[in-house]
Amino acid sequence: MTQPRARMSPRKRKLYVQVAAYAVFVLAVLGLVLFADWGAVGEYFLDLDVAANAFPKIITVALKNTVIYTLSAYVVGFVIGLVVALMRLSSIAVYRAVALVYIEVFRGLPALVVFLIFGFGLPVAFPGLVFPFEQYGTVAVALGLVAAAYMAETFRAGIQAVPKGQMEAARSLGMPYTRAMRSIVVPQALRVVIPPLTNELILLFKDSSLVFVLGVTAFTTELSKFGGDLAATYADSTPLVLAGAMYLVITVPLGYLVRRLEAKQGRAR
Amino acid sequence: MTPAVVISGLHKRFGDLEVLKGIDAEVQPGEVVCVIGPSGSGKSTLLRCVNLLEVPEEGTVVVNGVELTHRDVDIDAARRSVGMVFQQFNLFPHLTVLENLTIAQRTVLGRGKAAADGVARENLERVGLAEREGSYPAKLSGGQQQRVAIARALSMDPQVMLFDEPTSALDPELVGEVLAVMRSLADDGMTMLVVTHEMQFAREVADKVLFMDGGHVVEQGPAAQVVGDPQHERTKLFLSRVLNPNHLE
Repeated sequence: MTQPRARMSPRKRKLYVQVAAYAVFVLAVLGLVLFADWGAVGEYFLDLDVAANAFPKIITVALKNTVIYTLSAYVVGFVIGLVVALMRLSSIAVYRAVALVYIEVFRGLPALVVFLIFGFGLPVAFPGLVFPFEQYGTVAVALGLVAAAYMAETFRAGIQAVPKGQMEAARSLGMPYTRAMRSIVVPQALRVVIPPLTNELILLFKDSSLVFVLGVTAFTTELSKFGGDLAATYADSTPLVLAGAMYLVITVPLGYLVRRLEAKQGRAR
Repeated sequence: MTPAVVISGLHKRFGDLEVLKGIDAEVQPGEVVCVIGPSGSGKSTLLRCVNLLEVPEEGTVVVNGVELTHRDVDIDAARRSVGMVFQQFNLFPHLTVLENLTIAQRTVLGRGKAAADGVARENLERVGLAEREGSYPAKLSGGQQQRVAIARALSMDPQVMLFDEPTSALDPELVGEVLAVMRSLADDGMTMLVVTHEMQFAREVADKVLFMDGGHVVEQGPAAQVVGDPQHERTKLFLSRVLNPNHLE
C-alpha cells in the first residue's frame, strides 16, 4: 500500500484561504479608488456649500419633526399594542377575534396605504373628522395603528414567556385576573420585550418618512422629504446624504443599545 | 367543630383523561393531612382543586363552611383563606422578598404599607429569613426561596395551607430547612394539606395520610397506620418501592 499523496495541513490551508480573502478585498478597494470618479462623487454627494444651506433647518425642523412623528406614533402604538395583546389572550372569544383581525389587517397593509386612507380617505368620507394637532395627530394615529399591530404580537409573546406559575401564584393569593396581569405578569413581560420594542422604534423612525404622502409644509416636513426637496433645488444629492446621516445618528446608537440589552438578558438567563 | 376542608365526590377531567374519579376527604382544623401516591395519581390536581386553580367538573369543595365550587361564590375572596405553596416556589422575580410578601396584602386585603410590612417581617422572622427582606428571589437558594414562598402565603392570614410537593424541586441538602419550617407551622396548629414524597415527614408530622392511585383515594387513616402498616396491596407496593429505592423485587 502506498501512502496517498500528502495533503496540505489544515492549518496551512486555512492560512492560504485567509490570505486569498484579504487579497480580494484589497483589490476591490484599489479598483474603487483608481477607477471611480471621485471628483463627481465629491461634488454631487459631499458638496460643502450645498450642505451649509441645509443647516440649521435640517435639525431644527426636519429632524425635530421626524422625532416627534416617531415618538408620538410609538406611544400610540405602545398603548394600543398592549391592549390588543391582552385582548388576544383574553378568555372572551369576541375580544380574541377582534384582536386577531386587527393584527392581521394592520400588519398586512403597507403603511403607505394606511397613510393614504387616513390622509385622504377618512376626511372625504367623514367631513367632520378632524385629528387633534393637525398633521401631527394624523401621523400619530395612522403610524401608531400600524406599529400597534407589530407591538401587540411582541407583547403577546412577552406575556406568554412569563411562566404560568406566576399567574397561579398571584391568583392563589386572592388577586383578581386583571390585578395579577397588571402587577405581576405585565411588568415581567415588559422586561423581555424591551429589545424587540427598541427594534420597533428603529423601524418606526424610518417609516415616519412616509409622512410625505400626506403633503407636508415647510413647517411639518421631515428628514427624507426635506433632503429630497433640497436635493431637487440644487440638483445635488448632498442634502440626501445629510438626511441619511441624521437617521443613522439616531438608529445606530439604538441598534447598539438593543445589542447591549440582549446580551444582558442572555447573561441573566 | 366544622371541618376546615370537606371534599366530596370530586371529578376532574383533562380532555378524555379523567384524573380524579370521585374523591372524598376531610381536613379538620389544626390537622396536617399528607397526600401520597405515585406520579400521575392525581394528588396535585386534587390539591389544585381545593383553591380552584383547577375547576372540577363534579363534586364540591367546602372550606370553612364556604362552598368554593358554588357558582355564586366570589372565588378571589374565597382564595384568601387558602394559602398555597408550589413545587417551583413561583416567587415574583421582579419584586424584592418584602414586596413579594406585601403586594397581595396591599392590593387584595387593602392593608397600608406599615401594616403590610409589619405582617411580612413577622412572617419572614417565622421562616428565619428576616435579614433577606431586601433581596431579590434570584439571589436566594432554592430552600430560602421556598421559605419566602411559605411566608408569602402566611402573610394573607390563611386558615388552610396547601403544599404542592414543596421540596421536590430542591437540592437534597436544602430539603431539611423547608421541612423544619413546615413542622413548626404544624406545631403552631396550622391546618395543612400536603402533597409530598417525604415519607418520614408524613409519618412524623401528619395526623392523617391519604394514599392516592389512579384518581382514587385507595387508603386513608392515621399516618402511623397508612405508612407503617398499610392494608391495601397497592399501598404496600408503593411504600416498599419508595422506602427501599435500591431494592428490586
